[in-house]
Amino acid sequence: MSSCKKAAIICTKKQYQEATLWERIQFIFHINICQACKVFSKKNRQLSTLCHQANLKTLPTEEKERLKECLKNEIKSNTLTLK
Amino acid sequence: MTKHILHPDNWVDNHSDYLFNYAIARVSDVDIAKDLVQDTFFAGLKSAQNYKGDASERTWLIAILKRKIIDHYRKINSKKAQATVRITPKADSDFDNNFLEHQVADPLSLLENNAMENEELGVAIHECISKLPKKHALAFSLKTIQGLSTEEVCKELKINPSNLWVIIHRARTSLMECLKNNWFKI
Repeated sequence: MSSCKKAAIICTKKQYQEATLWERIQFIFHINICQACKVFSKKNRQLSTLCHQANLKTLPTEEKERLKECLKNEIKSNTLTLK
Repeated sequence: MTKHILHPDNWVDNHSDYLFNYAIARVSDVDIAKDLVQDTFFAGLKSAQNYKGDASERTWLIAILKRKIIDHYRKINSKKAQATVRITPKADSDFDNNFLEHQVADPLSLLENNAMENEELGVAIHECISKLPKKHALAFSLKTIQGLSTEEVCKELKINPSNLWVIIHRARTSLMECLKNNWFKI
């Protein structure tokens, strides 16, 4: 794996606080010599901030399953009208 | 012009998160938003034969959801008495009597806009997420929005961690590209 590619993956891990100490050290060394990765890292951080700010919500998986079940039953009873 | 067809089987997978966020931004209550999404899907099924195929499926569902939100507000407003506006002048104000001018919103303050901008941001992010390949979108939302641990996501998607990180990395890169025009200020 090229070192930029590796750095990008570490950068993504860092967004979830899941990079190991060794990875973080490698990353710091890399962005000191690589401008492109530095810019990428900045953008990546910004995306994390945006996602945090937006306070995103999704329906929980079990809720989706329940909805699907409901819809399925509804579709069955509607098949005659729904060509 | 291409004709759109409805696929009610895929509604939950394709549109529920988008509709849910749209609703939650407008009613600010998780349970009510859930009910509204469900009502929207049912209403959509019921009037499926009226769907002409001019608009995309999502636009059509959003139009229904909008009606549902309006209905919701009508319902709660008919229950309570007419709202009254009460203004209490600040006791420790420098102005002697009911000088209302200092109650007016500060035009320079940005605080009021924040909530609104964040709603739009949420909708924009979901719009971008739904443009991602299905697996990428799922991995990203499990990890970022639902905050699951790496192991849990890997188990759910049946992939190994290094694979997951590559997927999330690609998803994030596409998201940056997609959000670039409106939300990134670099």
